[in-house]
Amino acid sequence: MAAELHVALVAADREVWSGEATLVVARTTSGDIGVMPGHQPLLGVLESGPVTIRTSDGGTVIAAVHGGFISFADNKLSLLAEIAELSDEIDVQRAERELERAKAEGDASAERRADVRLRAATAS
Amino acid sequence: MGAQLRVYKRRIRSVTATKKITKAMEMIAASRVVKAQRKVAASTPYAQELTRAVTAVGIGSNTKHPLTTQAETVVRSAVLLLSSDRGLAGAFNSNAIKVAERLTERLEAEGKQVDTYIVGRRGLAHYNFRERTVVESWSGFTDQPSYADAKKVAAPLIEAIEKDTAEGGVDELHIVFTEFVSMMTQTALDDRLLPLSLEDVAKEAAPQGEILPLYDFEPSAEDVLDALLPRYVESRIYNALLQSAASKHAATRRAMKSATDNAGDLITSLSRLANAARQAEITQEISEIVGGSAALADATAGSDR
Repeated sequence: MAAELHVALVAADREVWSGEATLVVARTTSGDIGVMPGHQPLLGVLESGPVTIRTSDGGTVIAAVHGGFISFADNKLSLLAEIAELSDEIDVQRAERELERAKAEGDASAERRADVRLRAATAS
Repeated sequence: MGAQLRVYKRRIRSVTATKKITKAMEMIAASRVVKAQRKVAASTPYAQELTRAVTAVGIGSNTKHPLTTQAETVVRSAVLLLSSDRGLAGAFNSNAIKVAERLTERLEAEGKQVDTYIVGRRGLAHYNFRERTVVESWSGFTDQPSYADAKKVAAPLIEAIEKDTAEGGVDELHIVFTEFVSMMTQTALDDRLLPLSLEDVAKEAAPQGEILPLYDFEPSAEDVLDALLPRYVESRIYNALLQSAASKHAATRRAMKSATDNAGDLITSLSRLANAARQAEITQEISEIVGGSAALADATAGSDR
């Protein structure tokens, strides 16, 4: 059996990343979930958090995902998110500034968003 | 230069200036249509995946949700009209408004109250001028709508539909937008967005009778549906906003193209008139000279005698 699955990471206004992978780890509302080829069909709600994709050529893609869904069927995995950014697209300085500002203003959701961005950017 | 000729010259100059402006606007609109179309295409994968997911939950479980249940008696409906912020787009806005008014009339004839929500300054101005109540309106992003704008529009609508009818909530949501069929054709149409009929969504997602797998829901089918449906509505509104924007730019392009053509025609006919005026002036001058010299010749011939 071909031990890879097709992943499409889709944001509301564009397709962020797509390709073959061997493992995808994402955070659902009930905890982290790892999907490997041959997983049973799954549909879950995602939390804000980093998503790790282990590509079939051995690389790792990390993306910050803010709210959305994971759906898996027939070895095809889609990650739907309103906002999704690959770790190398994230501007670390800007995210840090955002985090400071959100903390100062007590904006919890903005703080979490900035935090997720920073974690995704530093993890790669 | 004669007065007549000067007036023509001045008009030609002003029409030429107008033509330059409309030509520029036409080209700007043309480039924006392409950009807007690209945005529509970029948003399609998300919409497709979302439709698939909604179908999967709808078919894979018997969950009831306020967004999918048809009220037995519809007391109040919401109508969301997508117009544009700026005019100069031919009949774009008036077509959308006409469709919205016809829909409102039909709903009122069925004995329903109608709550109007409007996107775009043009639609709002039309309703305000007639002193009709508008529940909420948004403007400032109709040329290039972003997903965040769609979320902003969708939030109060979803809230209204989840509220009880007795407390001012609505039972139905209709949307009026302009579908972008092609560069030459854009049609204003209305569509019932909510309550969602899962059968229709399913037909859209799998037209060839494709069988969807039985999903494992995480954390539960209800929670997934709770999170999915608002996103689905947002994505539908986002798509409608993008299509309206593309249609608006296409309509502007067409209107400006005909304005440019008209200006060209006007310049041609004005130049003809100016030429005729100049020619008439010359003819008059010649006949004056000839007449003058003839009179002079007559006078000298008389004194010689």
